[in-house]
Amino acid sequence: MSIFNTLSQWTVPMLFAVILIAGALKRVKVYDAFVAGAEEGFTIAVKLIPYLVAMLVAIGIFRETGAMDMVMNAISPLTDFLGIPGEILPLAVMRPLSGSGALGVATELIQTHGPDSFLGRLASVMQGTTDTTFFVLTIYFGAVGVRQYRYSLFTGLLADVTSFLASVYFCRLFFG
Amino acid sequence: MNVIWLFFLLGGIGIAASHGDIQKVTDGALKGAEMAVEVALGLIGAMSLWLGIMRIAQEAGLIRVVARLARPFMERLFPSIPANHPALGHILMNLSANVLGLGSAATPFGMKAMQAMQELNRNRPEASAAMCTFLAMNTSCITIVPATIISVRVAANSANPTEIVVPTILATTVGMSVALTADWLLRTYFQRRRG
Repeated sequence: MSIFNTLSQWTVPMLFAVILIAGALKRVKVYDAFVAGAEEGFTIAVKLIPYLVAMLVAIGIFRETGAMDMVMNAISPLTDFLGIPGEILPLAVMRPLSGSGALGVATELIQTHGPDSFLGRLASVMQGTTDTTFFVLTIYFGAVGVRQYRYSLFTGLLADVTSFLASVYFCRLFFG
Repeated sequence: MNVIWLFFLLGGIGIAASHGDIQKVTDGALKGAEMAVEVALGLIGAMSLWLGIMRIAQEAGLIRVVARLARPFMERLFPSIPANHPALGHILMNLSANVLGLGSAATPFGMKAMQAMQELNRNRPEASAAMCTFLAMNTSCITIVPATIISVRVAANSANPTEIVVPTILATTVGMSVALTADWLLRTYFQRRRG
C-alpha cells in the first residue's frame, strides 16, 4: 500500500512541475494561459446546471417517493433465485443513480455487518467497480450540449449489471 | 433519454399518489434541484484549476505529444478520431486520471475530451460514436485504488482494508470488457444501417 500512497501523493505535484517546466521552456505565458483555461472551467460548471437539475430532480423524486423501492421489490425474486444476498440489492439499484446515495448505503452496510463480513466486503467491491452512470452521462454530455445519448445509456447500465454480477462472483471466489 | 426522464418523474408521482404522501414529490424535486447546484458549484474549483493547468500544457504542445503516444492503442477504440488529434490526448489524460484515482482531475480532462469530440461531431445535439465509446469506458471506469471505500473500511476497523482491491479490479475489468464489446457491436450495427 505504501507504494500506492507515495505514488498518489507524488502524481499531482509532478504533473504540475512537468507541465510548468514544459511551458516555461516553450516560452508560454504561463500565468496568462492558466487564467484563460481556468475561466473555461467556470463556464463549463455553470453550463452544467440545467442538465444536472433536470437529472437530479428526476432521481430525487424517484427515490423519495418510494418508486425505487418498488423497482427493488420487482428485481428481488431474480436475485434470490441467483442466490445473491437481498441486503446488497439497494446498493446495486442506487449505484448507477446517485454517487453520494450509493456511498451512504455502502457505508451503512459495512458498519452494520462489519467490514470483514461477506456483505461488507461485497459492498466494498461493488462500490469500487463502476461509476455513477447517470451522473457521468449527464455532466459529460451536458458540458457539450448533447441531448441525444443514443446507445450510451444502455452500454453504461449493461456495465453496471455486469460489474454487479462479477462482484458477487469474485467475492464468492475470494472470500467464500 | 426523454422516455427515461418521464419514467422517473411520472413513476415517482404515481407511486406517491397511490401511497397517499404526495408531499414527497415536492420534497424530492427541491432536494434534487438544490443538490444539482451544489454539485455544479462544487466542481468550479477543481475544474478551473485543472483546465488552467491543461491550457499551459496545450500551449506548450504537450497534449499533442500525449496524443501521439496514445495513438497505437487508441486507433482501434476510436477509429473516427483522426490521428494526432488533441481529443486523443485528452482521452488518455482522462483515463489515466481515472486509473490513478484522481477523481478531481478526471472530470475536467473528460470535459476537454468531450469538447474536442464535439468539434469533430460538428456540434450536433446527438452523441457521436467516439463519445459513446469514451463514456462506455468512463461509466465502467477501472480504478487501481478505490481510495474512498478503503477509508470507509479503515474507519470501520477492518482487519485488512485493502483486501478488496484485487476482486474490485477483476470485477471492473469484466464490466469494462462487456461495455466495450457492447459498444463495438452497437457502433458497427448503426454504421451499417446508416450506410
